[in-house]
Amino acid sequence: MSANETSDWPLWEVFIRSKQGLEHKHCGSLHATDAKHALHMARDVYTRRQEGVSIWVVPSTAIMASEPDSKDSFFDPAADKAYRHPTFYKIPDQVGHM
Amino acid sequence: MYTQSMDVPNSPHEPKPISHLEGDGELQAQFDAVIDADGKIEPRDWMPEAYRKTLVRQISQHAHSEIVGMLPEGNWISRAPSLKRKAILIAKVQDEGGHGLYLYSAAETLGTSREQMLDGLHSGRAKYSSIFNYPTLNWADVGVIGWLVDGAAIMNQIPLCRCSYGPYARAMIRVCKEESFHQRQGYESLLTMMNGTPEQKAMVQDAVNRWWWKCLAMFGPPDTDSPNSAQGMRWGIKRVSNDDLRQKFVDATVPQAEVLGVSLPDPDLRWNEARNHYDYGAIDWDEFWATVNGHGPCNEERLATRVKAHQNGQWVRDAAAAYARKQQARAQKEAA
Repeated sequence: MSANETSDWPLWEVFIRSKQGLEHKHCGSLHATDAKHALHMARDVYTRRQEGVSIWVVPSTAIMASEPDSKDSFFDPAADKAYRHPTFYKIPDQVGHM
Repeated sequence: MYTQSMDVPNSPHEPKPISHLEGDGELQAQFDAVIDADGKIEPRDWMPEAYRKTLVRQISQHAHSEIVGMLPEGNWISRAPSLKRKAILIAKVQDEGGHGLYLYSAAETLGTSREQMLDGLHSGRAKYSSIFNYPTLNWADVGVIGWLVDGAAIMNQIPLCRCSYGPYARAMIRVCKEESFHQRQGYESLLTMMNGTPEQKAMVQDAVNRWWWKCLAMFGPPDTDSPNSAQGMRWGIKRVSNDDLRQKFVDATVPQAEVLGVSLPDPDLRWNEARNHYDYGAIDWDEFWATVNGHGPCNEERLATRVKAHQNGQWVRDAAAAYARKQQARAQKEAA
């Protein structure tokens, strides 16, 4: 990847499923030469105490992220749509839980 | 794992951080508002250059401390008194390596590279915790490092879990979860020795005598002599002052020493009813600074060992890179 500028191995983002039934969650990053290497490194660095049952590794360069500076313009469309939330609707008490 | 409250300049010429150097008032105001609200800063958020630099220095010094911290205990792996103690020690040293990796990753989110940081360590420009520049002379030293050195590190690191910089805080949460094992295994190992022969008891006392003052110094210079502390507090990087952490450590450790049956080598150590804390004697700061600045008993040895380990690993890194290139070329050929 950027092997021409630096001797560092490519950077990988690590995602771990802590137990069956839960989603994979980002837990950190590491350097490795390829995907298989990254998986082995992730096991040693992030699951020394059985913290996971499944690991994903993704090249950091493959991640497209939203711009923090555009927080307002990017997420604003959802801000004025209170009717998307259940609490927007008044239901008579006698109906009970709905 | 270990940090000392030692965000110390890496070189005497490094300028001190200045907080309001930035031209962009609006971004600075947004940043200040997040800090004031006790919020978190994430890697891609705008941050003042001085905040970024301070974090890079502190997190990389912290990472280096983990990595160098493997050496004093690593010396005892082949000489551990039983298979059980050997397995425990290997696991602990592996944890320290892991902690170093979490922290290097956190520092890299600020725009520095692993290569730059390792170069700083190996060239002797970057600092690491002074505590690792002392020798581990007998087996009880390994227990004392777990009990006192890791104990002091835990005091230091728990407030860092609330640090304003997200990746650092998250790395510290992971580290602190693992740290408790380090302290308990050390204390338990010492308890075993204290139930042993008079010679074994004497070894524990000797190790405590040699490490106690060095552990107190790990918390960094007194508050009156920590010019960067106020800025660190302002930025939410530092949460508790050096002297407060040190006091907390002393108060927690004295009863543990009593249970263990060792004395702490400080004639001025006594309970102060009025303060509701233990008073303790004066720390030798000249020795601390001499060690930080490269003149401790093991500075040269530690650095030389670290550099040699890195050089000896070069062929592994080369082979791994060559293998990856070969695999990649093969995959491209098959795709074509």
